Amino acid sequence: MTSTNGHSEKNGVAKSTWTTKAGLAQMLKGGVIMDVVTPEQAKIAEEAGACAVMALERVPADIRAQGGVARMSDPDLIRGIMEAVSIPVMAKARIGHFVEAQVLEALGADYIDESEVLTPADEQYHIEKQAFNVPFVCGARDLGEALRRIGEGAAMIRSKGEPGTGNIVEAVRHLRAITSQIRRLSVAPPEELMAIAKELGAPYELVREVAKNGKLPVVLFCAGGVATPADAALVMQLGAEGVFVGSGIFKSGDPARRGKAIVEAVTHFRDAGIIAEVSRGLGEPMSGLEIGKLPKEALMAGRGW
Amino acid sequence: MTTIGVLALQGAFIEHVHALERLGVAAREVRLPRDLDGLDGLIMPGGESTTIGKLMVHYDLDEPIRTRAQAGFPIWGTCAGMILLAKDIGGLRQPLIGVMDIIVERNAFGRQLDSFEADLDIPAIGAEPFRTIFIRAPLIHAVQGDVVVLATLTDGRIVAARQGNLLATSFHPELTDDDRLHRYFVDAFVAPFQARNTALTAA
Repeated sequence: MTSTNGHSEKNGVAKSTWTTKAGLAQMLKGGVIMDVVTPEQAKIAEEAGACAVMALERVPADIRAQGGVARMSDPDLIRGIMEAVSIPVMAKARIGHFVEAQVLEALGADYIDESEVLTPADEQYHIEKQAFNVPFVCGARDLGEALRRIGEGAAMIRSKGEPGTGNIVEAVRHLRAITSQIRRLSVAPPEELMAIAKELGAPYELVREVAKNGKLPVVLFCAGGVATPADAALVMQLGAEGVFVGSGIFKSGDPARRGKAIVEAVTHFRDAGIIAEVSRGLGEPMSGLEIGKLPKEALMAGRGW
Repeated sequence: MTTIGVLALQGAFIEHVHALERLGVAAREVRLPRDLDGLDGLIMPGGESTTIGKLMVHYDLDEPIRTRAQAGFPIWGTCAGMILLAKDIGGLRQPLIGVMDIIVERNAFGRQLDSFEADLDIPAIGAEPFRTIFIRAPLIHAVQGDVVVLATLTDGRIVAARQGNLLATSFHPELTDDDRLHRYFVDAFVAPFQARNTALTAA
């Protein structure tokens, strides 16, 4: 991946290059990015060990419960959260809403999540992300979707899951889809790659790159349904390089404690003894939803393509 | 066999592991105190220094790392790792190893939009400039004691330094395929430490 929006100055100094964009995601690996709706929550998240926070107006569980159009957050809220913590602050823009993204860039957000959690602004096109100096993270349900977003300029991918449900089943489905398709590519002979690119609906060059390296060209996190330390360790063992937790922390009985426990479970994701220890006495997890009982129009993962 | 540990609590540790392996050096991910046993050096990677610091304290890694650092054990901190090495980070309250006489300013260049790359001269590793990658990077505001400055930006701000067995860089050599700084750490820090230990054992 050589694409970059970097602008060069003298002495070879270049800002907002592909390496700095994808590189920030590399620094977030092995960590937990927590949804927060107030500066106070952001501080709790930082104290719990979050490697970044996602600033938004309502967590997915509330968006789901309250309905209506979900949009980019109030700039004052994002600024307030940026001032409250020293860790990176991400913020969400609606799918296809490039002006919300421009506003978030103007505010100085560290990463923009073009997110299906918000109500899509464009059902045909995603944001052309190469044009921005700020890096983007996007959701994906399978490898084709991930590579389409990377083709548009996303510097980080998260499996979508089903946000605001506290149910890990969709996250597992999407993560497994991505990793198994990568495995298939890594053993495919070169003559099959164009046919696979066609089948995935993915850019050929990116398909070739994945086949060669056996991994995505950007960092892969998991999102959408993580509610417990064991959920977080599960997706890490399935190949996620880090975890987004949306409603799972601040919709639980003891956010500070649960947040810290999930952070520790992500670090020690192969150590069942530690996961057992940190899972003790966490209080009530967020109440979960069964995906099959949700009406089709209530599902968020299907937003975007 | 030389084995170098890479603190693997959070952040870009696997990139360091791969760089070490390219040099033919064994790398071990360090998450618990027992992982430190028998190491010839340690790299503390980039990531979030607050996250790494908290996990370090909670899993009792800070004290054994500090004790080793004070006894001459080679440690290299990149970005967040450099923050952890510093004795002074301008009064911010967060867990540190705190063994190197440098004053470090976190997020010294600003937010992600100010992250950048640049070609830098680092005479200690050769004449060829090194492509340095700064991501929400810290800066060495000042050095004290016997700290030696290894690299500065063109405006004179310090971005790499050493003090005896300790090496600190603001930027991310592990994100490039230029392994000269990893080689430098192995040759100029780890090898002398091993030679000293061998001499001590023989004596």
